[in-house]
Formats: sequence, C-alpha cells, structure tokens
Amino acid sequence: MDMITIPAVNMTPILPEIFLSVLAMALLLINVFIPSGQKSYLGYISFVGVVAAGVLVGAGWGAPVESFSGSVVQDNFATFFKIIFLLSAGLAILISDQYMEREGCNHGELYPLILFTVVGMMLMAAGTDLMTIFLGLEVMSVALYVLAGFNRANLKSNEAGLKYFLLGSFSTGFLLYGMALTYGATGTTRIAKIAAIVGQMTVPSANIMLVAGMLLMLTGFAFKVAAAPFHMWTPDVYEGAPTPMTAFMSAGPKAAGFAALLRIFLVALPTLQVEWSQLLWVLAVLTMTVGNITALRQDNIKRMLAYSSIAHAGYALVGFAAGNGTGAAGILFYMLSYTFMNIGAFAVIILIGKKGEANGTVMDFAGLGFKQPALAVAMSVFLFSLAGIPPTAGFIGKFYLFSSAVQKGYIWLAVIGVLNSAASVYYYLRVMVYMYMKEPTEDFEWTRITPPIALSLLISVAGTLIPGIVPSVILQFAEQAVKLI
Amino acid sequence: MENLNSYLIVSAILFSIGTIGVLTRKNAIVIFMCIELMLNAVNLTFVALSRHLGNLDGQIFVFFVMTVAAAEAAVGLALMIAFYNNKESIDVEDINIMKW
Repeated sequence: MDMITIPAVNMTPILPEIFLSVLAMALLLINVFIPSGQKSYLGYISFVGVVAAGVLVGAGWGAPVESFSGSVVQDNFATFFKIIFLLSAGLAILISDQYMEREGCNHGELYPLILFTVVGMMLMAAGTDLMTIFLGLEVMSVALYVLAGFNRANLKSNEAGLKYFLLGSFSTGFLLYGMALTYGATGTTRIAKIAAIVGQMTVPSANIMLVAGMLLMLTGFAFKVAAAPFHMWTPDVYEGAPTPMTAFMSAGPKAAGFAALLRIFLVALPTLQVEWSQLLWVLAVLTMTVGNITALRQDNIKRMLAYSSIAHAGYALVGFAAGNGTGAAGILFYMLSYTFMNIGAFAVIILIGKKGEANGTVMDFAGLGFKQPALAVAMSVFLFSLAGIPPTAGFIGKFYLFSSAVQKGYIWLAVIGVLNSAASVYYYLRVMVYMYMKEPTEDFEWTRITPPIALSLLISVAGTLIPGIVPSVILQFAEQAVKLI
Repeated sequence: MENLNSYLIVSAILFSIGTIGVLTRKNAIVIFMCIELMLNAVNLTFVALSRHLGNLDGQIFVFFVMTVAAAEAAVGLALMIAFYNNKESIDVEDINIMKW
C-alpha cells in the first residue's frame, strides 16, 4: 500500500500564532488552580507572553517566507499589523486588571480570550487565502463576542455581547457569500491566483459574479471596521462592553479588518480599482460625517468615543479610497497611532469611573486638571491626537491619509475629511474644557493608579507623541510594509 | 451549466430568506437560525461551484464554515442564556437599554 506523503511544512510564519495559542490553552488550565482574587497573575503571564510573541514577530521583519502552499505568508505587511495587534492586546491586558477587580468580574478566562483574539487577528493579516482570512476573522470574532459580554452580571454587557454576536454573525454571512462568489468567478481562493485570473479577464467589471462577490465582501468587512451605513452596532457594543475590552475592540480588530481589506482589494482585485475606489469614496464620506455629527451630541464618554472611532475608520477609508502606496502606508501608520491614543484615552476613562460603570459622562471629568494634573495632561495628549492637532501622531496620520487622496486627485474627499476633522475638535475639546475650566464636584475621590495602568498610560503617551515629533522612522517602516502588496 | 444555475438560484433564494428572517424576526434564537440558514445557503453555493469547477477548494471551505458555525452556536447560545438570566426574555425588542 502506498504511504500518503505529507509535504514538508515551514512553520516559521505561524510560529507566533502557535506560541500564543499554546500559551492561551495553558493559561486556561493554570486558571483552575489559581484562587479567585489572584487572577491578576494570569494577566502578568499573558503580558509577558505578548511581549515574547512581539519579539518572535519582530524577528521576521524583512525576511519574507511563504508557507502552507501559499495560504499563509510572513511579509512586512503582516509583521507591521501583527505588532499593532500585539500592542493593543498588551495595553488591553495592562488596563484590564484594575477595572475587572472593581467590577467584580476578574475571571481568569479574560486573558486567554484576549490571546485567542490576537491569534485570529494575526491570521487575518498573514492570510493570503480567503480561507485563512475567514478562519482568522472567525477566531477573532467568536472570542470578541465573549469579551463584549464578559461582565455576565451586568445587563448592559449582556446586551452588548448579544448584539455584537447577532450582527457580527449576520455580517459574516455576507462576507462568506462574497467569498463564495469570488471563488466561483475565479475558481480559486488563493489571493495571488485570484489576482492573476482577474488580470487576464478582458473586462473584469462585466463579470457579474465577481462584482457581486466583491460588493458582498466589502459589505462584510465594512461591518467589521464599523463603516457607515454598517455601523449601527458600534455605539451600543462599545458602550455596553467592559471598558478595557471596548478599548481593545476599537483598536486591534479594526486594524485587522483593514489588514484583510487591504490584502484582498489591493492584491487580489487591483484591476477593479476604478469600481471599488468610487464606492469607498462614498463610504469614507458617509462614515466620517455620520461618526462626527453623532458624536457631537453624546454625553456618555464611551459612546462619544464609539462614534469617534467610526469617524476614525472613515479617515482610514480615505486612504483606502485613494488606493495608492501613500494611502496604504497612511492606514498602517494611522492604525498604529490610533491604538496608542485610543487605548490611552480609555485607560483614563477607567480611572475616572466608579463601580458599576458609574461616572461615565463627560461631566465627570470636571476639575480633573486641578485634582490630578498628570492624568489630565495624559488625557489632553490623547484628545489632541484624536482631534489631529500637531505635534501628535494623529496629526501626521491624518496628514498622510488626506494627502494620499489629493495625490489621487480626490480633492473633495480631502476637503470633506479636513472639515470633518475640524468639527471633531468640538467634542474632543469639550472634555478638556470640563477638565480645566469647571469646578470639581464635591465628592471627588482621588483615583488609585495601579502600576500596570500607569505603565500603559506611559506607553500610550510615548506612542502618541514620539511618532508625532519624529514621524519618519515609523513612516519608513510603514512604507516598507506596503511595498510588498 | 443549467444545473449550476439552478443550484445558485436556490442558494440565493435561501440566502435571501435568511436575510429577511434576520431583519423581521423578534426572537433571538429564531434570528440565529436565520443566520445559520444564510451560512448554509453559502455552503450550497460553495459545493455547487466546487463541483462545477472541478476543484475541491470550495468543499474544503464548507468544512471550515460548518466548524465555525458550530463554535458560533456555542458562544451565541451562552450569550443568550446570560441575557435571559438577567432579563427573563430573549426577545430582541427587550435588548433596548442602550439607545442613541
């Protein structure tokens, strides 16, 4: 009888994923033996694990390897995004402990779930086959549904989890249907092969199956990155989910959605660029405008930042609509800086909050500048960066994204983007007005800042300011990363 | 070729029924069943296309979709139970404490 020969598989590209999966499973077992109240140790272990995975990922920079017969790849593009995911996970782990302790839901499963989410995101960025990207997306999503509903006893958290689950799996249906039709039109799920086959078509936009597949995939991913008009779940889920998980969700998974979008649309379907860039033009304008206008009237700070995160997805879509190298590098840079500034802002929200998600409005920031100047300065840095005021990373990122649109000739898109950005200054600075120009309320309590959260604030401030002052270093990395696609 | 078209039409109809169900039904479990219907419509598309194209990628994809759907069901039903414990209902009209 003939033996089935198993082809030699190069495991290098997925080494960090394997490492994190094994660590997460080990943590689930260790969790059983750790008494409740000491679950923070799991957080420390997983933080160290995330740093170690970062070293593994970073070692692969500049050494492209393809594996599993071309369905997973280790290239600079994937590496750059993996670093973003690991940063968001590391910061989320650091800010989780204090919040979860306060809300009485410091269950040990939190940390393995974060790690599984990261594994999913990493596979999404590294996948060069629709199958791998889909699997990564689902590994990420299923773990995120649980994280959104993690505070079991809290009705808001339940609601967030359930809503996210129902709408998330609904959007998965569209994405999958799009993948099926793309497979039908091209006969393959490998991204490089799709590109070759679509490239040979005389008029690819006349192939109805391919165009329908592209539209459905765009819909599915628009849900995941919270682009209008598919953004309806975002405010509710971000408001209801535990605050550290909201911070995590708005940074990592959004970047993962953009990673997959960029890979599919710029590598597999560049021949249809005329068609999809017009769609993205509309999508970008809608997303920016809806996000900013609705954010103007929010008092709940988590909800305000949820709408602001929709607006930021819109800014990133500007670079995507441009679809050139500058735009893609701009998205990479922006996602990295958004991770720092947004998670930093959420860390401050966690410190302001009280048990039971109390103190969650903009008004609760009154007088923070007098009572806790350091915290207020940190928050100001994040808000300046979110609003896109120099010398912060947010400014450089927006500058890059809008200039890519101008390069492509989309002058109006850039103008609408800048106007939106100006409108957003109102609601970001409103928080600062409360911090520095209003009297603190009587029952102001000094917030205890634990070392992990202090470390996360330090990293976030550094990550927001340094790329703003010396952007060239990170921009060089971003440009090298998009060279391959 | 006619054969392929009829399979694709059936799966498109199934997908639409699922979509309409998600948008109109009120019970979270029924909504979830409609989502499953959408996923299975996609599976049918994959299998039909795979047979037509004569390559197995589509059928392998279906295995992954089924696995993922099972994982989603486990997580989704757990979320519904957690919600039911607090609210004694899984009607989506009761998922309403957060509104803009």
